[in-house]
Amino acid sequence: MSLNRRNFLKTGAAGAVAAPYGFMRTAQAASTIKVGVLFSLTGGLSIIEKSLHDATLMAISEINAKGGAKGMMIEAVVEDGASDPKTYNEKASKLVIQDRVPTVFGSYTSASRKAVLPVFEKRHNLYFYPTYYEGFECSKNVVYTGAVPNQQLSNFIPWIIKTLGKKKFFIVGSNYIYPREMAKVSKILIEKNGGEWIADEYLELGHSEWGSMVNKIKTSGCDVVLSNVVGDSVVAFYREFKNQGLTHDKLPICATVTSEIEIAAMGAEYAVGSFTSFPYFQAIDTDINKAFIERYRAFVKDPKAVTHHALESSYFQVFLWKQAVEKASAITPDAIRDAVKGQEFAAPNGHVKIEPENLHTYLTPRIAQWLPDGQGKIIDAYPQPIKPLPYVAYGETDSNPFCTAKGLDTAKLKI
Amino acid sequence: MLDVLFIGFSVGSILLLVALGLAITYGAMGVINMAHGEMVMVGAYTTVLSRIWLGGNIFVAIPLAFIVTALLGLLIERVVVRRLYGRLLDTLLATWGIAILIQQAVRLEFGLSFFGIHVEGLGPGLQNVAVPAFLQGAFQFAGQEINIYRTFIIVVTLLVTLVTWAILYRTSVGMQVRAIIRNRPMAAACGIDTERVNALTFAFGSGLAGIAGVMMSGFKTVFPDMGSSMVVDGFMVVVAGGVGSLLGSIYSAGMLGEINGVAAWATNDIVARAIVFGVVILIIVLKPQGLFSYKGR
Repeated sequence: MSLNRRNFLKTGAAGAVAAPYGFMRTAQAASTIKVGVLFSLTGGLSIIEKSLHDATLMAISEINAKGGAKGMMIEAVVEDGASDPKTYNEKASKLVIQDRVPTVFGSYTSASRKAVLPVFEKRHNLYFYPTYYEGFECSKNVVYTGAVPNQQLSNFIPWIIKTLGKKKFFIVGSNYIYPREMAKVSKILIEKNGGEWIADEYLELGHSEWGSMVNKIKTSGCDVVLSNVVGDSVVAFYREFKNQGLTHDKLPICATVTSEIEIAAMGAEYAVGSFTSFPYFQAIDTDINKAFIERYRAFVKDPKAVTHHALESSYFQVFLWKQAVEKASAITPDAIRDAVKGQEFAAPNGHVKIEPENLHTYLTPRIAQWLPDGQGKIIDAYPQPIKPLPYVAYGETDSNPFCTAKGLDTAKLKI
Repeated sequence: MLDVLFIGFSVGSILLLVALGLAITYGAMGVINMAHGEMVMVGAYTTVLSRIWLGGNIFVAIPLAFIVTALLGLLIERVVVRRLYGRLLDTLLATWGIAILIQQAVRLEFGLSFFGIHVEGLGPGLQNVAVPAFLQGAFQFAGQEINIYRTFIIVVTLLVTLVTWAILYRTSVGMQVRAIIRNRPMAAACGIDTERVNALTFAFGSGLAGIAGVMMSGFKTVFPDMGSSMVVDGFMVVVAGGVGSLLGSIYSAGMLGEINGVAAWATNDIVARAIVFGVVILIIVLKPQGLFSYKGR
């Protein structure tokens, strides 16, 4: 229980220490760098975005504790996206135009990223986006540090077909761009690996009545379910799945979104035996990850807090940015962007590197099976990070990139 | 086909569970209670908190949630709603404001989070309610696998509906409520203490929402926004069924549930939802009073 006198006193003490420190920072305005931190602190998405916000602030405070970036303290200008793309756009404009920050860290959903993109492109500013997303974007003003489809699916689908021996896929997702693009990539990979997909079905985002869909899955004759379901629908889905008598050992759910957060929310017993593909799991057994989890829990004052992929990316991207600032000739968005190309960092998930051409991140694909304690057991991992390919659904390969430093090669893109 | 009908029946029973309290407050009192969804949410959080702090399971939570939300409803009626009788749009705005207040109170842990105190079970995060093992999974019936938890919801809905019916039609308070539904001034003229009956009715309706919250918590995630979508479904049932008619709400919940189930089976869930809304619009256009309605005298 965190509601006790000791914690209360500790917090009070921390507040007392922090107050003069904040005053000092404004007094020494010449030696600070302001950055924007833009996540939803209110509204439906705050459930997840609050954790990304916390991870970003934790990275900033760790960097400041070690002397800052290029000897300058980083000052976070925090804004609230309020789970609303329009608010995101307004707050991004405010950060770029009024606060004149050279970089903003933010966004969880693709909708909010798309909403702020025009601001950063028009004003030649820089956005760091930490979430796994559907690809199909090649902006020179965004650094993408989450997974793209080839880092979640190009290992997952062949593994399902060859190792699990499952060939008939039922693809299910929430009805918006991310699950639909993921389904598109999945179908290409399923057909290439000799499997077949029986159905491709969607449910409204945030909808939790899964009775009919699970019944359809049951009668479809599929032997594996590929889930791109997002948000709290995930919880209702796994519960209904078990409650209709389906089991993961006969008909496993293989998911691209279900992370530690959703597992904790549904109750681990509903997910035991199912699979998820992500570059990061809380269960990664390295000292650097264990220390990261411990620091995060101390930072948010919740001894049971879970870490997940987008949270970890929110953390390490600040360090990549710091290295870029130190290398850059000036503290301008353009200089930082050029300097971040090829930056490498030892992140909790392993070695990460920004691909110089498309500004996405090299990540290591991993597959985990969920255990009764709500943690993943990593059962398959690539030996090293793989190159991010945001246009893999449209035929992009390692040797034939669509998105380069010059921009998107539209001649190659056939939709 | 039996499985499809069962799912439709179960969707209908969930709709009814949420709509029942609304049918009473809206029907009897003419208050558009936008905070009804938040009452469901409070019921769900009562389940979460009673598990964490009292160690109780879902059965303990049902009476507890009824009492908590009924008291909260009584408070809202005493402080706000009673000043707004007869002003339909004002009740809508006022209760909407209350809904936002309740949501934020839960999200900010009643303000304690400003002081760095974290109460386990509250806050902006997703909460999880463990369902007892014997309510998980499925049982065999007529060659079909039937979902136990959905069956449990249906049984609870039936019981709650039966109790509500008994109170409305077999007790003197119920008779007074029905008199108020038909004609408020005349009921008052006959010596019915309408203020007292209104307060009790509002508390009872809120309590029913609390029970709905307990049942929903085993079904989906518990989080501060969970009620806002449910209040829409609730009003849909009440308006289609006819304001002030218990029977109307029962029929319309069953009908909309089955339409949803069958349409989702034949096409998909997204189309099914559109069809349900289409049917409701059609009902309102053709029968503005709803399927079953009393003629005011």
